[in-house]
Amino acid sequence: MNARRKLVDRFWIAFTLVALVLALAPLASIIYYVTVKGLAALNISFFTHNFSQVGTEGGIANALQGTFLVVLLASAIGVPTGVLSGVYVAEYGSKRYGEIVRFLADVLVGIPSIVTGILIYSTLVLSLPAPFRGYTAFAGGVALGFMEIPIVSNTTSEALRTVPNSLREASAALGVRKWRATLVIMANALSGVTTGILLATARIAGETAPLLLTALGSTRGFQGWFQAMETMTLFIFQNATSGTPFLVEQAWGASFILLITVLGINIIVRIVTRRRTTFV
Amino acid sequence: MAVGSLKRRGRSIVDAGFRDLSFAFAAFIVFLILLYIIEIGYHSLPSIRAYGLSYVIGSEWNPPREIFEVLPEILGTLASSIIALVIGVPISLGVAVFLAEISPRGPRVVIGPVVELLAAVPSIVFGFWALLVLVPQVIRPVEHALSASLGFIPLFHGAASGYDLFSAGVILAIMIIPYVAAVSRDAMQAVPRSQLEAAYALGGTKSEVIQMSVFGYARSGIIAGIFLGFGRAIGETMAVTLVIGNSLEFKASLFAPAQTLASLIANDYSETIGVVQVSAIIEAGLVLLALSLLSNLGARLILRRFVKRGAQLL
Repeated sequence: MNARRKLVDRFWIAFTLVALVLALAPLASIIYYVTVKGLAALNISFFTHNFSQVGTEGGIANALQGTFLVVLLASAIGVPTGVLSGVYVAEYGSKRYGEIVRFLADVLVGIPSIVTGILIYSTLVLSLPAPFRGYTAFAGGVALGFMEIPIVSNTTSEALRTVPNSLREASAALGVRKWRATLVIMANALSGVTTGILLATARIAGETAPLLLTALGSTRGFQGWFQAMETMTLFIFQNATSGTPFLVEQAWGASFILLITVLGINIIVRIVTRRRTTFV
Repeated sequence: MAVGSLKRRGRSIVDAGFRDLSFAFAAFIVFLILLYIIEIGYHSLPSIRAYGLSYVIGSEWNPPREIFEVLPEILGTLASSIIALVIGVPISLGVAVFLAEISPRGPRVVIGPVVELLAAVPSIVFGFWALLVLVPQVIRPVEHALSASLGFIPLFHGAASGYDLFSAGVILAIMIIPYVAAVSRDAMQAVPRSQLEAAYALGGTKSEVIQMSVFGYARSGIIAGIFLGFGRAIGETMAVTLVIGNSLEFKASLFAPAQTLASLIANDYSETIGVVQVSAIIEAGLVLLALSLLSNLGARLILRRFVKRGAQLL
């Protein structure tokens, strides 16, 4: 092998290593800064006070509450709808219809989250009758729920497809009703379905853009579903852009809590299930 | 028990019910797509009636005078996403090649998931980190150096404050790398061993095999990955809003502040008062929806072709 070809080969391998370093450096830097600066911002009052842009006593109490409630509502919408449509795609749909639903779910996953915000903004925030209109925790939950549906649908149908066909054939041969067979198949795919739900939940818990146009943010705790509500992500956005050192410090603290939760779910799910990721 | 259940006809009602229930929820997915198009389209109507085509070809966004035109935002969206691809795609391909062809099994099973973890970081955290770490510590010094040495080129005109189109492109590049890399890696791993072995048998070095067999065979999968990355980049809101400088004017310079459709929505929705302005904001969402549907459909169609071809060959 001549020297030039050898050199080109070395260059290629060096390039892929440089690319790897460039791809991973931001992740390392993010984890480093968020951990160091975030930990410094944590104290008791940070967890017991509500979001406030005045004074030096703000905290994430209402933001944590809001994220929990909004994600809860989103999952109440997204999980049953997503799981059942995933069951249809994998178990019931004819090849053609199953493929169409799967294709549309893929397209829905690709719609930018701010567009989902715009959809809920025009459908609920602007258009509901009087006591329900306006920026509300309800609208925020629905927006995140709509985002969760196609994600859960895809992860569910993928999990069901990993169940061996012999199980379906055995069920059919024994004359077991289709719905009971489906339950058995779902039980076999339970860990896959569950990890899909967990990853989808982690994903929407980190969303900000759709909430700007729906839940809006608030300095108060939960006042009912049809009032504006703070969330962790809105808290980070509002504080990050405030320009006040104390508030920016708080944004680091909130980023830390959000990041360890979201990355924690991802890491644990991957270690436990050795899952090859499909992106959610 | 099996024979018994065959005889009990009553169960077929449960059977049909379960099937119909899952069908209903699957139909909801179809309904949801239509809802996006119809609802956002409907609420855009006042703006479409008022401004027509000038909405997308005009350059003035002036709420007090009730003039709403988004050409600068469309250009900003496309420009920042293209910068993201120019920076992000070579890095993604390097990572994909490393994971698919170069890395031994040990590092691969660790590094692969770690790259994917990048996709799990919330975009607000990316944006906040970019605002306070990436821009002041990395991007601004680079911009100052470039604008001092190459400032005479129009592409490098501007204040080089760090809050500009270039920063938006860089943070978007970082955010799309895990997606483009993962899809490309999957395409590369689908290359049949026989293809690689044939190229090695011809005496190819590793890099020559990668160029001949891997890139050739995986090309459509890689292109699909790039489309997916583009689709992600055009709709990204929070990270871009925090670093792009939010200027309503588009200048053909990397170092000038700009605005994207998504950042326009995020910046302007709260100040909206008039009915027409609300509608104009929603129409920005409609344009963004159209752009994202186009790039997504492109990606999916290519990906389908690639999957089918792969299946045939295997």
